[in-house]
Amino acid sequence: MATTAHSLHPSPLRRRLGSLGPHLILISYTLIALFPIILIVMNSFKSRAGIFGAPFQPPSAETFSTVGYDTVFARASFGTYFLNSLIVTGMSLMLILLIGAMASFALSEYKFKGNALIALYLSMGIMIPIRLGTVGILRMMVSLNLVNNLLGLILVYIAQGLPLTIFILTQFMRQVPGELKDAARIDGASEYRIFRLVVPLVRPALGAIGVFTMIPIWNDLWFPLILAPGDKTATITLGVQQFLGQFVSDWNAVLSSLTLAMVPIIILYMIFSRQLMRGITAGAIK
Amino acid sequence: MQATSHPPRKARSFPTHLLVFLAPAVIVYTLFMVLPLIDSLRLSFFTTTPDNKEVLNGLQNYVTLFTDSLWAPFFQNALGNNIKFFIIHMVVQNSIGLLLAALLVSKGRLRGTYRTLIFMPTVLSVVIIGFIWNLILSPLWGVTDGALKAIGLGKLYQPWLGLESTALTTLSLISVWQFVGIPMMLFYTSLIGIPEELLEAARVDGASSWNVFWRVKFPLILPTVGIVSILTFVGNFNAFDLIYTIKGALAGPNFASDIMGTFFYRTFFGFQLQLGSPTMGATVATMMFLIILTGVLIYMFVWQRRVTTYEL
Repeated sequence: MATTAHSLHPSPLRRRLGSLGPHLILISYTLIALFPIILIVMNSFKSRAGIFGAPFQPPSAETFSTVGYDTVFARASFGTYFLNSLIVTGMSLMLILLIGAMASFALSEYKFKGNALIALYLSMGIMIPIRLGTVGILRMMVSLNLVNNLLGLILVYIAQGLPLTIFILTQFMRQVPGELKDAARIDGASEYRIFRLVVPLVRPALGAIGVFTMIPIWNDLWFPLILAPGDKTATITLGVQQFLGQFVSDWNAVLSSLTLAMVPIIILYMIFSRQLMRGITAGAIK
Repeated sequence: MQATSHPPRKARSFPTHLLVFLAPAVIVYTLFMVLPLIDSLRLSFFTTTPDNKEVLNGLQNYVTLFTDSLWAPFFQNALGNNIKFFIIHMVVQNSIGLLLAALLVSKGRLRGTYRTLIFMPTVLSVVIIGFIWNLILSPLWGVTDGALKAIGLGKLYQPWLGLESTALTTLSLISVWQFVGIPMMLFYTSLIGIPEELLEAARVDGASSWNVFWRVKFPLILPTVGIVSILTFVGNFNAFDLIYTIKGALAGPNFASDIMGTFFYRTFFGFQLQLGSPTMGATVATMMFLIILTGVLIYMFVWQRRVTTYEL
């Protein structure tokens, strides 16, 4: 491809100059995307005078201060919030992947009456947001005594995550060659054993879906606000929201808590961005 | 194909393992998603009496929502604002996303870096993004003011988030800034899927890159345009977090930034002097459901039937 492309195009020099424009636009947009984040992180390490006096300058020996972080650690139970988020997101994710993989396996592997119907039923949830059922969900959680209980959140998030997970995983599981499973069956393997054989084969898809269902759960404000607003069960997103509301005039504390809330996600994102991009791509096939 | 490769299994072992595999997903999904949704739809036809009993109310809740002077103006305001919110996303977010994707496709080695960095705000919580922009646009901090002054545009600055005339647009643009990565990624994925020979053929015929994009590439990615549009639609008519974070449940100033999500929240939980009402909340939620459903059905039955999908 490279050789034919070259012969048809202007000289390398002109091509290089011509590609400068796109680079400029991309660099500018990247700056627009990152600048607000950098500004907040930078200023979180400055004294109040530094924040207001020279907001665009990185912390210097004079303006450096961690007073905001001291307030945050002293006043907010971020440790609890973080742990709650970790439990809710972790448990939801594990169960979404397990339950979703089981259902996808059934839908992709067996021909039975109602297969297409169940697949359609489960996929309705891709487009219809679960939030619309909030009134019913809250009533149910009240009657089950699951308000201010992390289990309530986990159950809702599983229901929220399953439709897309099953939709995508079914497509991936269909691609697993039949010979492999048949060979195992001839050796007398049970259907459960075959399932355990198939799951590792779709691991890349599981990874992608995992990253990409995890983010909305971690970031959700709606259900924590409605189902688990108590201080003991607040997730990090809700905790930050409430903390910021209380400390709105303490700029050091606000900037530090924003930074603390962002950094773990940014680090995870940097590590898993490839899986995430793959997840988005896979989600787009529909 | 499956039928021919494993013919005996169907007859051999229908129930137990199939049930074990399917039941957990179907049960959790039904219990915590489908039934509550149906329950919400049902509740919209009921009302609560003072002694806390639910009695059938026919379509009265809807009549109230559409005609009562305490409800209708708020409902119409929220719906109108939500439509504006959606249009701004369609026009600004999706065009920038398309532009960035088109530029990324040609950008060889660095494109992974650009893509990762531009997508970063998307993975952050809306709460964080909301607060960040609230601070940056705040007249107290003066960052925006200062930046505009530095380039000689100081006069342009206004506390956009606080003004009735600009709050909604500003909030929409913040949301656009955060989520532009999604259309960018979806467009990018479908653009790199176009076979090079097809583009080469157009170039040999002397087409400029502008023409190649609009005459060859764009028609080929129309299915993605549809996906991006419907995702934007569903996301926007379901939005809540950003407005709630920046403007609170009252979606001020004077309800100028109220959208369906915040209206639903206030109706259900109450605010200031008004008590929350599950049945009216369910009515608003049902309206949101019908709006989203209409969008999805148009997408499925009008758009998807009209648009030719090319096998690439």
